[in-house]
Amino acid sequence: MSAALSLHDLRKTFGVTPIIRGVSLEIAPGERHAIIGPNGAGKTTLFHLISGRFKPTSGEVRLKGERISGLCPYEINRRGLSRSFQVTNIFPKLSVYENLRCAALWSLGHKYAFWTGIDRLRDVGERADELMERIGLSARRDVQAGVLTYAEQRALEIGVTIGGDAEVILLDEPTAGMSKTETEQAVALIRKVTQGKTLVMVEHDMSVVFGLADRISVLVYGQVIASDAPECIRRNEAVREAYLGQAGH
Amino acid sequence: MLQLITFSTLNGVLYGMLLFMMASGLTLIFSMMGVLNFAHAGFYMLGAYFGFEISRHIGFWPGFVVAPLLVGALGALVERYGLRRVHRFGHVSELLFTFGLAFVIEELVQIFWGKLPVDYRIPPALDFVAFRLFDTTYPAYRMFMLLTAVAMFAFLLTILTRTRVGLIIQAALTHPNMVAMLGHDVPKIFMVVFGVGAALAGLAGVIAGPALVTQPGMANLLGPILFVVIIVGGLGSLTGAFVASLLIGIIQTFAVAMNTSFAQLFGPNAPPFLGDLWQVTIAQLAPVIPYLLLVLMLIFRPTGLMGTRES
Amino acid sequence: MTANARFLLPWLLTALAFVLAPKIFSSGLSLTMMSLMGVMIIFALSYNMLLGQTGLLSFGHAVYFGLGGFVAIHAMNAAIRAKFDLPAPFIPLVGGLAGLAFGFLFGLVSTKRAGIVFSMISLGLGELVSSSSFILRTFFGGEEGIATNRTKMTPFLGYKFGPQIEVYYLVAAWCFVCIVAIYALTRTPFGRMCNAVRENPDRAEFIGYSPRMLRFIAFCFAAFFAGIAGALAAINFEIMNAQQLGAQQSGLVLLMTYVGGIGYFCGPIIGAVIITFLQVMLSDVTEAWQLYFGLLFMGVVLYSPGGLAGWAMLHAQALRRGEAWRLAPSYALVAPAIAAGLVGAIAMIEMAIRFFQQEPGDGAVLRFAGLNLDANAPASWIAALALLAAGVASGRLLWPRVNDAWGAVNLHLRGKAEA
Repeated sequence: MSAALSLHDLRKTFGVTPIIRGVSLEIAPGERHAIIGPNGAGKTTLFHLISGRFKPTSGEVRLKGERISGLCPYEINRRGLSRSFQVTNIFPKLSVYENLRCAALWSLGHKYAFWTGIDRLRDVGERADELMERIGLSARRDVQAGVLTYAEQRALEIGVTIGGDAEVILLDEPTAGMSKTETEQAVALIRKVTQGKTLVMVEHDMSVVFGLADRISVLVYGQVIASDAPECIRRNEAVREAYLGQAGH
Repeated sequence: MLQLITFSTLNGVLYGMLLFMMASGLTLIFSMMGVLNFAHAGFYMLGAYFGFEISRHIGFWPGFVVAPLLVGALGALVERYGLRRVHRFGHVSELLFTFGLAFVIEELVQIFWGKLPVDYRIPPALDFVAFRLFDTTYPAYRMFMLLTAVAMFAFLLTILTRTRVGLIIQAALTHPNMVAMLGHDVPKIFMVVFGVGAALAGLAGVIAGPALVTQPGMANLLGPILFVVIIVGGLGSLTGAFVASLLIGIIQTFAVAMNTSFAQLFGPNAPPFLGDLWQVTIAQLAPVIPYLLLVLMLIFRPTGLMGTRES
Repeated sequence: MTANARFLLPWLLTALAFVLAPKIFSSGLSLTMMSLMGVMIIFALSYNMLLGQTGLLSFGHAVYFGLGGFVAIHAMNAAIRAKFDLPAPFIPLVGGLAGLAFGFLFGLVSTKRAGIVFSMISLGLGELVSSSSFILRTFFGGEEGIATNRTKMTPFLGYKFGPQIEVYYLVAAWCFVCIVAIYALTRTPFGRMCNAVRENPDRAEFIGYSPRMLRFIAFCFAAFFAGIAGALAAINFEIMNAQQLGAQQSGLVLLMTYVGGIGYFCGPIIGAVIITFLQVMLSDVTEAWQLYFGLLFMGVVLYSPGGLAGWAMLHAQALRRGEAWRLAPSYALVAPAIAAGLVGAIAMIEMAIRFFQQEPGDGAVLRFAGLNLDANAPASWIAALALLAAGVASGRLLWPRVNDAWGAVNLHLRGKAEA
C-alpha cells in the first residue's frame, strides 16, 4: 500500500538557520495523522514545505507517489492536496457562498472559463450548497466573510480547504483560539468532513489530538523524535522531556 | 573624444548626484512608510520655484537656505494632515493620494507662476568659469552643485549612522512596528522623515533650478526617471539608489552626447520595417533608455540591483 | 415581477437611455459630449477590470487605448486608399484586436508581479511607448498625429457617419455591447476568481489557481476593451495623436474610475459620465479646471474611497430601509458650511488666477455669482478667506452630528436586519 503523503529527509534552512532538519514521514491513505510539538518546532514551516509555499533546501515530498517538492502551491493543490491556515486566510469581501464556490471551481474543471456564467454551473452551485450545509453556515450564506464571528470564520476556513475535494487535507491548528464548546463542534466537523480522506493536522490541544488521531508525530527543533500510536506517544520518555523538560513527569 | 568622455562623465555624475538627492528621500520614505511618493518630484519643483521667488526679492543664498526648509515644512504638513489620514485605507490609497498631490502641485505652480519658464538665475558670485579643459570651459556653478550634493550625501550618511536618531530611523526602516513598541513615537518619526525627504528634494530643486530650466513641466520630466532609479537600484536600498542614480545619470548624459545613429553607422539603406528607427540618433533615444532599463530590470530582477524587497 | 424581468429591467432601461438621450439633449455640443462619454465609459470599465476587479493599479492603461486608436486610424486610411470594403462599425473591432495584441505582449511582462511592481512596470511601459511615439514618426505622425475621414469609408446600411448623430449611435451601440460583455465577464468563474485574487492572492494559489494567469487574462481583456474605446475615439475625432496614449490620459482614466467608485460595476460608468461632463463644461468656464479635478480626486481619496458609487450605495441602503430621514437634520446643518467653504475656496483660486496672470494696467476682476470681485483689492481676498475659514470651522464643528446620525442609522439598520 503506497503512502498518500511521504516526506524523505526533508530539510529547510533560512539563511544559515536550519529550521527543518531532516524529517521523514509516511502517511497512509485514510490515516488521521497529528503533528505536535513545542512552540518553534517548525510545524507550520513543515506545512509550508509540503503545500508549496516554501521550497525545500533538500529532501523530497511525494503525494500518492508523485514528487511534489519544488512545485507551486496551485500545482500541488491541483494534484489533490489542500491545506488550511492557522491565521484565517479567506476572501473577506466575498460572501460565504462565494468563498466556497471559488474553492470548488478548479476541481470541477472550470479553470479560467470566461465564456459561461457561474450561476449557470449547477455542479458548482450544488457543491457550494453542500459544503455550506456540512460546515453549518447555510444560514449565513450571503454574509461577507470578513464580518463572520471567529468560530464561523474558522469553519469557513475548513470549508474552503475541503472545497476542492482534495484527497489529502492539511489542517494547521484548526481549533486555535476556540472555547471548549467551539472546539468540540470543530472536532465533530473535522471528523465528518475528513471521512475517507487523509488528514494531517497540527494541533496544540491534546484532547483534540488524542480524540482524532490514528497516529501522532512529535516535532522538536525541526526533527521528528517520535511517531507512533497515541498511547505510545503518551508514554514516550523523550516526548515528555521535550514538552516538560527534565524536571516534570 | 577624450573631451567628450571627460565632460560627459562630469555632467553624468552631476546629473546622477542630483537624481540621488531626490532618490534618497524617496527611498527613505518608501522604506519607512511603504509609500511611493509620487509627489516627490513636485517637492523638487517647489524647491526651485521657492528658491526663485526668494532670490528675486532677497537673494540666492537666503533662498538656498530657506526654500528647502519651506518645502520640508510643507512635506511634514502633508504627512500629518493628508497621508496619515489615508494610511488606514491601505497602500493603494496612499499612492493615489500622492499621485493626486503631484498633479495639484503642478497646477498650483502654473497658477502662481504661469506656464512659461521663469528666470531663475545663477548668482553672480558663482557665475564664472571653474576650469578649462580641451578647449571647453566648465562652469563653477556646476561644481557648486556637485559639492552641495556630495555634502548632503555625507551629512545624510553621518546622521543615519552616527546619531541616535539615525539609528532609530534605520531600525524603523525595516521594522517600524517593533520600533513603535519600543516606545518611540513612530508617527512623529514618519512626519520628520517625510519632511526631511521633501526638504532634500527641495534642495535639489533650489540648486538645479538655475542650471536646468525652471518651468511647470520640470516635475514631470524628472518624476518617472526617479522611479526608474529607485526600482533599478532596488526598492528600499540607499546604496542601490546611489548606484542607480549614477548609472542612469551617466548613461543618459553619454547617450545625449553621442550623436550617432544606425544610419550613420551602417549606411542609409534601412532594412524593411525599421524605417524610422534607422534614422534615429542615440541622442533622440536618450529619453527612452531609462524606461527600457526599468522594464528590463523588472522582468529579470524585480528586486533591483541591491534591493531586499519587492514591495 | 419575476426574477428574469428584474434582471433584464436595468439593461432595458440603459438601452432605452442610450436611444432616447439624443432626443432629449439634441444640441451639437450635447451630441459631441455624449459620444465622448460613450468612449470614456468603455475606457473606464476596461480600466476597472484591472483595478476594481483584479486589484491591479495601472498607470499606463492609455497605451492600449492609444495603440488601439492608432491601429484603427491606420486601418481606416488603408481601407479608404485601397477602396477596401470595411465599414466604420467594424473598426472598433480592429482597435480591440490591436489592443489585445499589445496587451498580450506587454502583459507577459507586466503581470509577472502584482502590487507596486506592477504599477511601476505599467508606468515604465507607458513612458516607454509615449517616448517612442516621437521617434516612430510614420506610425504616430509626430506632433500633428494621424488624421482620417470617416465619411470616405464604405457606407454601412446606407450610413456614411458624417453627422455627429450617426457617430453617437455607433458609439452608443458599441458602448452598450461592451457594458454587457464586461458585466457578463464579472459573472463567470474567471471573473469571480479575479475578485478572489484581488482579495487574497495567496489563498487563491492554495485553491488551485495561478494568480499570474488570472492577472494576465484580465490584462488582455482590459487591453482589448481599451482598444475598442480608442478606435471609437479615432472615428469620433478623426484624429489620433500621441497625447492619447500618454501619462495624462492614463491619469484621466484612473481619475474617472476612482471618483466613480472602483467597488461597484456602475462606478466607472458614473465616473466617466460626470468627469467628461465636467471636463467639457468646466474647461470653458475656468482655467483651473484641471486643478479642480486634482482636488476632487484628492477629496475622494481622503474622504470617500468608495467613490461616488460607494457614497450613493451607502445612502441607497439607508433609503431602502426607511432610515435615511435620520440624516436630514445633520445634513441640512453641514451643507451650508460645506457650500461656504467651497465657494470661498473657488473664489480664492479664481482670483489667484486673475491676480497672478494679469497684465500691467489690465486689472483683475472676477465675475462670480453675479458679483464683481476685484482680485487686486484686499477686501475681496479677506472676504473669500473668511468664507473659506468659516466653512471649514463650522464644518468641523458640525461634522460629529453627521457621524452620530449615521451611527443611529446603522444601529437601526442592524436591528432591522436581525429582526
